[in-house]
Amino acid sequence: MIPTPDLSHLSHKDYEHVYEPAEDTFILLDALEEDADCLKQVQPRICLEIGSGSGCVSCFVGAILGHTSLYLCTDINPHAARCTVATGVRNQIRLDAIIAPFAHPLLDRLKGSVDLLLFNPPYVPTVEEEAANAQHHADIAGAWAGGEDGMQVTNELLGLVEHLLSPTGQFYLVAVKQNDVPSIQRRMFDEHGLRSEVVLERRAGVEHLFVIKFFRGCPPTKQVIEFCH
Amino acid sequence: MVRLITHNLLACHVKGCNTNNFPLQFQDVQIELREADFNADFLRGFLPKIEWNALVDAARQLGDTSLPQEQPTMIDDDFLKALHHVLLEIHVEEGAMVCPNCKHVYPIASGIPNMLLAEHEIG
Repeated sequence: MIPTPDLSHLSHKDYEHVYEPAEDTFILLDALEEDADCLKQVQPRICLEIGSGSGCVSCFVGAILGHTSLYLCTDINPHAARCTVATGVRNQIRLDAIIAPFAHPLLDRLKGSVDLLLFNPPYVPTVEEEAANAQHHADIAGAWAGGEDGMQVTNELLGLVEHLLSPTGQFYLVAVKQNDVPSIQRRMFDEHGLRSEVVLERRAGVEHLFVIKFFRGCPPTKQVIEFCH
Repeated sequence: MVRLITHNLLACHVKGCNTNNFPLQFQDVQIELREADFNADFLRGFLPKIEWNALVDAARQLGDTSLPQEQPTMIDDDFLKALHHVLLEIHVEEGAMVCPNCKHVYPIASGIPNMLLAEHEIG
């Protein structure tokens, strides 16, 4: 049992600007914990979380893997980046926060290098304009407003995943039923050749949450995946 | 915490700025040294991902000359210790990083680099 990271240093004031970990965060933690042995086996050197918010998820990964990896965390919200760093300090996991959209300033150098990619996106279906505005203002609404079918922000990252993943790299994505999980999986295979599986799904209140794991279909990955099951 | 390990991975991403956009040059920086846990496996695993010249130049800009100009072929403990210090223990807390090509300035505040761009600079 890996304990949930200590977030007691964050206050209500922080949560006015930064997403407070909720069911969607916890399903991702549970999925990562379930895959912990497999993740250790891959020996990630570079972990990258997009939209790290409070820093809870990357800290949890740090607790699984220890000081064997670099933990890069991007967020467009400066307040979130500061919370990410503070959560790392609190939990004695070194998190390297960068205020940036997606992985944009890292794309050149991280081509084919990311061993573990994590994204709990703004997945709530909203009107398109609301999602665009929320990203523009880089504040709390940007953590949930996902535009039509909730995929507006996720779609932008999906196009970058294949570029970023290392040969044994794995990408964990949180989604809800309205995002049409089978269609995401099909599209990632058809357009980018990435295989995937639903690691966990659960209902939490009105939301039906999923964690999908994507990986390359090449033999080294296959061995790793077989090791996991 | 802009550590040199992070600096070694960041490039300018202004629209149309595709050549000579790495490494970013430090400007008016304040640094702090903070100890980090030494892990030889991590360093060995990370070594192939490093742009060596960029790392050596960045370290020298910050006053650290412990790394050899050429990446050594023999990896011994002394080398790994020097590499550990340069990559993971030198923190740039304040200042900026400037693109060598388009001169875009990315500020660093409280150890966090701000890589956001204005609307017209986004590719």
